[in-house]
Amino acid sequence: MSNIMRESHIMKIHYLTALVAVGFVIIHIMIRFTHGSFANSLEFESVIANYKSIPYAVVLEAMLILISVHGFNGLRIILLELKQGSTYENAVTYGCLAAMIILIAYGSRTIIMATMGMV
Amino acid sequence: MTKGGLLPKGFERQSNSGSQEKYEEVKPSTKSMTLRISKFNPEKDNTSTFLEFPVSYEKWTTVLDAILEVKNYHDHSIGVRYSCRQASCGSCGMIINGKPKLACFTKISELDSNVVTVEPMNNFPIVRDLAVGFERMFSTHKRMKPYIIREDSEISPGAKEFLQTPEDVEKYIQFASCIKCGLCNSACPTMTTDSSFVGPQGLAQAYRYIADNRDQGKDKRLRIIDEPHGIWRCHFAGSCSQVCPKGVDPAMGIQLLRGYLLGYRK
Amino acid sequence: MDKDRKEGIKGMANPGRYGIERVAYWLMRITGLGLLFYFIGHIYETSSLLDGKAAWNSMLELTQTTEGHIFLTLVIGMCVFHTGNGIRLMIAQAGFGLGKPRRPDYPYTPSSLNMKNKLCIYVSIGLAALAMMYGLGVMYDV
Repeated sequence: MSNIMRESHIMKIHYLTALVAVGFVIIHIMIRFTHGSFANSLEFESVIANYKSIPYAVVLEAMLILISVHGFNGLRIILLELKQGSTYENAVTYGCLAAMIILIAYGSRTIIMATMGMV
Repeated sequence: MTKGGLLPKGFERQSNSGSQEKYEEVKPSTKSMTLRISKFNPEKDNTSTFLEFPVSYEKWTTVLDAILEVKNYHDHSIGVRYSCRQASCGSCGMIINGKPKLACFTKISELDSNVVTVEPMNNFPIVRDLAVGFERMFSTHKRMKPYIIREDSEISPGAKEFLQTPEDVEKYIQFASCIKCGLCNSACPTMTTDSSFVGPQGLAQAYRYIADNRDQGKDKRLRIIDEPHGIWRCHFAGSCSQVCPKGVDPAMGIQLLRGYLLGYRK
Repeated sequence: MDKDRKEGIKGMANPGRYGIERVAYWLMRITGLGLLFYFIGHIYETSSLLDGKAAWNSMLELTQTTEGHIFLTLVIGMCVFHTGNGIRLMIAQAGFGLGKPRRPDYPYTPSSLNMKNKLCIYVSIGLAALAMMYGLGVMYDV
């Protein structure tokens, strides 16, 4: 990633995703609370009903992207500190990028299909 | 004269004003402890071992005093670096009871322990016993361009000296107190695993020059530290500032330096 | 022996010796990794929605257990600490709350490791504990 982007830009993204994700996570938790008790909020119909709401689906998608970026960049940082060497560092950087993309794709599939009623 | 050069109890002495003064004998506070010294000769040994020596100490005895007593009277082969004995040169940095400290600046009585273990600083290669190699730290320090960078010079014809107000000096003088002892690098959690990390010493010195208003090399230095193993591998654990014997507070310098890269400071 | 004699993970993972800021650094790492693994699991578990009500309920049977609730409580605690300490770090790394550089004098107390920072760390830990208790209360309908 350092070949694609300067480390300061990557870290600005890291801090920005953290701040924005906090806001979205708070919204996500508050919305779950509007569905009665904790057990009720986990009922299948209740969860599906949430996905049908486009704003909520947007919140979920945003959280997915923000937290994936923040989390995998954090993992990349920890792994880069554990061992050094250009082969290892490139493997870690591109590995984390790939894992991030895969997770975002997998989660987006759930959100899009649930929102479109393909359940 | 008794030990310490004091007069015997009850001895009366005429002072300059003509009145008489009494001097009391200082009671000795000699205690004993065990000094465990790490021994390692890279040419002969595979792993370090500890040798134990009984040492007597007073309230004012430093760890360096104890090591030198052991070296003088018990084991002449102990390898230890020291020079000024007053926390000015930074030579005697070592791990004392698990924490990086200057041996000359650490009193045994303050350690509150009957066993004092001294080891070479972590994250540095060992030269011999307690002496470690500083090549990497010095080369990193050089990478930070630790000198004033300016197009012009005070010695050009017609030039005046570069004046600074006391406020200008206050901005960087703290970080100029660095004695390159390496304790901060030894304490840093990132340096325990990352051999490419610049380290708190290098980063603090980069800030020292960037904060100096005589310097015009800010962009050069920022480009050097804006890399995967540069300033961004500091996570403000603060251990460097905890152990710094001169109050340089490298953690503060590093966070202030970040401001330039994040855009908070110009 | 490693040429640079690095302490290794043992040194990085040891939160003692250096004060609460080092403990916060260590907790930040642990909680970050924990939250990442939880997040991956959460994405996987919520994908069972697409397989219908039976699959969702069978997933719930796995997670709505005592162990699941305890794990979720830990996740709540990790999330609150990571957020609180992360905000403290972002503010400190912007240069706020560190004190001003000044001529050092004995006993050379570092100004950046001041009570404000320490208090924020303790507050993050306290908030995490409170959030965990609240979360447990919600999950068990207390």
